[in-house]
Amino acid sequence: MPLADMPNLVPVLPEIFLSCAAMVLLVFGAYSKSDSSFRFILGVCVVVLALAMLLLTIPSADGRAVTFNGMFVSDPFAIFFKVLVLLASIMAIVVARGFLERQNSAKFEYGILILFATVGMMMMISANNLISLYVGLELQSLSLYVLAAFMRDDTRATEAGLKYFVLGALASGMLLYGSSLVYGFTGTTSFDDLAALFKAGSHPSTGLVVGIVFIMAGLAFKVSAVPFHMWTPDVYEGAPTPVTAFFSVGPKLAAIALFIRLMVGPFGGLVDQWQQIVVFISIASMMLGAFAAINQRNIKRLMAYSSIGHVGYALIGLAVGTEEGIRGILIYMAIYLFMTMGAFACILCMRRGERMVEGIDDLAGLSKTHPMVAFALAVFMFSMAGIPPLAGFFGKLYIFLAAMQAELYTLAVLGVLSSVVGGFYYIRIVKLMYFDDVVEPLDKPIGKDISLVLLATGLVVGLFFLYPSVILGNASVAAASIFGG
Amino acid sequence: MLNLPILSLVTFLPLVGAVIVFFLIRGDDEHSQRNAKYTALWASTATFVLSLGIWAGFDNSTAAFQFEEHVAWMPDFNISYHMGVDGISMLFVLLTTLLTPICILASWNVVTRTKEYMIAFLVLETMMVGMFCAMDMFVFYIFFEAVLIPMFLIIGIWGGPRRVYASFKFFLYTLLGSVLMLLAMLAMYNDAGTADIPALMKHTFSPGLQTWLWLAFFASFAVKVPMWPVHTWLPDAHVEAPTAGSVILAGVLLKFGGYGFLRFSLPMFPVASADFAPLIFTLSIIAVIYTSLVALAQEDMKKLIAYSSVAHMGFVTIGAFTMTKQGIEGSIFVMLSHGIVSAALFLIVGVVYDRIHSREINVYGGLVERMPGYAVIFMIMMMASVGLPGTAGFVGEFLVLVGAFSHDSWLAAFAATGVILGACYMLYLYRRVVFGKLTKDSLKKILDLSPREIAVFAPLVFLVLWMGIYSTPFLDVIHVSVDHLMGQVEKGLAAAQMAPVFAGR
Repeated sequence: MPLADMPNLVPVLPEIFLSCAAMVLLVFGAYSKSDSSFRFILGVCVVVLALAMLLLTIPSADGRAVTFNGMFVSDPFAIFFKVLVLLASIMAIVVARGFLERQNSAKFEYGILILFATVGMMMMISANNLISLYVGLELQSLSLYVLAAFMRDDTRATEAGLKYFVLGALASGMLLYGSSLVYGFTGTTSFDDLAALFKAGSHPSTGLVVGIVFIMAGLAFKVSAVPFHMWTPDVYEGAPTPVTAFFSVGPKLAAIALFIRLMVGPFGGLVDQWQQIVVFISIASMMLGAFAAINQRNIKRLMAYSSIGHVGYALIGLAVGTEEGIRGILIYMAIYLFMTMGAFACILCMRRGERMVEGIDDLAGLSKTHPMVAFALAVFMFSMAGIPPLAGFFGKLYIFLAAMQAELYTLAVLGVLSSVVGGFYYIRIVKLMYFDDVVEPLDKPIGKDISLVLLATGLVVGLFFLYPSVILGNASVAAASIFGG
Repeated sequence: MLNLPILSLVTFLPLVGAVIVFFLIRGDDEHSQRNAKYTALWASTATFVLSLGIWAGFDNSTAAFQFEEHVAWMPDFNISYHMGVDGISMLFVLLTTLLTPICILASWNVVTRTKEYMIAFLVLETMMVGMFCAMDMFVFYIFFEAVLIPMFLIIGIWGGPRRVYASFKFFLYTLLGSVLMLLAMLAMYNDAGTADIPALMKHTFSPGLQTWLWLAFFASFAVKVPMWPVHTWLPDAHVEAPTAGSVILAGVLLKFGGYGFLRFSLPMFPVASADFAPLIFTLSIIAVIYTSLVALAQEDMKKLIAYSSVAHMGFVTIGAFTMTKQGIEGSIFVMLSHGIVSAALFLIVGVVYDRIHSREINVYGGLVERMPGYAVIFMIMMMASVGLPGTAGFVGEFLVLVGAFSHDSWLAAFAATGVILGACYMLYLYRRVVFGKLTKDSLKKILDLSPREIAVFAPLVFLVLWMGIYSTPFLDVIHVSVDHLMGQVEKGLAAAQMAPVFAGR
């Protein structure tokens, strides 16, 4: 191939670097003694992810870059989400090491799979064509199916993996079917062409609307929004805890990014057609997340419902569909990343006699035995409940600000009311840790890796109010970029 | 005048104390407990001394916000860290900084998790002071809401047997009210394009919007005040909270609602305030009479005082919404005097609770024989709560009644019933606890106030008498700001061409 025909590789550099590194590490791991190389490969994976983050910031100076014949786009919006995804991947690897070693599952493939999943997510975030969207989505999903069943001796994990695979495949099928309908009715799969086709106020054919609905159903499954949430509690409960932590952040970030890009970009002109659907799934997710979590006794299931609720809040921003709304989602998801990772790091501290425990009652009296972990978890819980001055409050603030600006009053009122209901189960965790007496103490110590993640996430969540401009400013730029600003 | 950011210093000095206790004091032995207590006491006392500087430098002749501080915080959103006080808020800042060291001194005997206890109170002080100083709506909301966290923990960790129920009820009730207020704030922000409170006071909201905004703020403040019928969290929270928690709850937290009405509802939504005044009056009168009767029937001392607080706060809301100069000044004065008197009454209950571990009225009787000093202080506070001339309670209630009378004589008549009923339940309480023969064996060895307890009560007694006998220094602070507030209300009503209708009422 002559050099002139080569696509511009600069915007894709981080993805290329990550894929190559993952393959090299895979070969290296396969040819070395796996038990000794585990720690080494995990360490290298973290370094590789950090380097990819560094690479991301290089081409960001000049806004939007499109390459591979318009299949791949890199803009501030993509970079914002990619940085978040990379952070999630790094934390998912850091918190996992101790866990996997204790569970006799210290296999180096964990890091590799996370790397491949990360590449998939970054492809999703940068997808500018229905084809590249699907390729990225599948690369991510297949890696995640394996990760869910990573502890292959554990029946629950295997079950979770299988469930996730079957339902995930169904969702991918729907998405693909929707894409083919869109292609059939428009003759193009490129986002840019689609956007040009649907100028504001155009009337699409019924078949096209059906196609969009199918695509939305597939995406709703990936972000685990109601009514496509059923897999979430089971998979969260069954999957190994570090994997659950990763599930609840990484794929969600990527899928939300994709959701936004698709709805605002190519289908932006059809906002009247899809807005009501997003409003519905947003309300349903918030309500279900608030009410269904009340009765959960297993903390991972509780986090699953909580994450459904949080997606509901984030989708308010999409329902609004304005630049302010999208900015709200970006801020919300960035804060959500730190809150959730922190909370899961606390859950990973719940060991008793070298065995993981997951009942919320096992947290009773934690403030007496592990004051720092209890303090951190209390910060995350109050933050998720949206109590100022913690970060979670600001996430909700900007989302509701956008909703009020767009005069979606019902949505906003239902949103804040469900946040009060949700407040109940978050403060119940605080109650268990602080008001109740120790029944059976949990193991000590919690390990350096987890302490580090706890400290980092705790500081971000607790002290966000001191200097909010970092996230706010970047989110503003990113949100403007997707509106062609 | 030095250009010290004195409001920020007063606000965050307690937080500095809390951070010191959090990081520097390790362990839970007696020694570190004492260190924690002394750090907290010194931090809060220093805060109080510093806050006296606010009063010293305060200019009584202007209604403008003083000691203003302005730092860009979220420039993208035009939200800034803006602090300032005027005549309405300044005395509340002092009330807060006064009550916190008293609370810490009063809880000297806390033995469980002393360190966390002190941290909670210091953090609470920061939030409360910040709330009164905040001049940006969202900063206000953050402090307003953040109070929930330390108070939830104080009730839940150091409270009585039903503490979990009480803390959850407190938390969820208040949260439910506040989130609606948050939405209203967002709507105001969208309408006016700013979150700055002084700027919002100059902005005119359309009457239709005012109605909704007023209702949303009402949802929050009515719970905080608390007004009947959303007062039910208060008796539970008071009964279960530790003594110092009750003191702060009654002394400062209840003032959030009244202060909010004066800071937001009246100046920003004058039309809606005038429209809804009858609603406020009705609820307040029900609160005054009904909760006084309920108080009469109580067997638990703390519950009785809790219900009396609801009744007194009824005076506050009546006074504020008469929209007369006397009424508004009276409502501020009632809040201040109630802050001191109810705080003292809860401390008085705490004194005997520490000795006998019961709050049942029947357990006591004839305390005057063993505790003469205690009986004197109890009497002064009881009289102040009743509203005896010469005590702080009289001035405020009198002003409110004057304001109510000029508005509507029936209103004043009903409100005055509350004063009579107040005398009934307080005198009845005092007779059963302090007078009579000391016959119960458990009380035979009870000791009078210790020097520490006298130190706790001395400033409160002094203030109650000062405010009652020579209230001018306090009212001078309030006058100009209230005049300004009245001007804003009248201007708002005139702008909406509602003034003639309102005057005719």
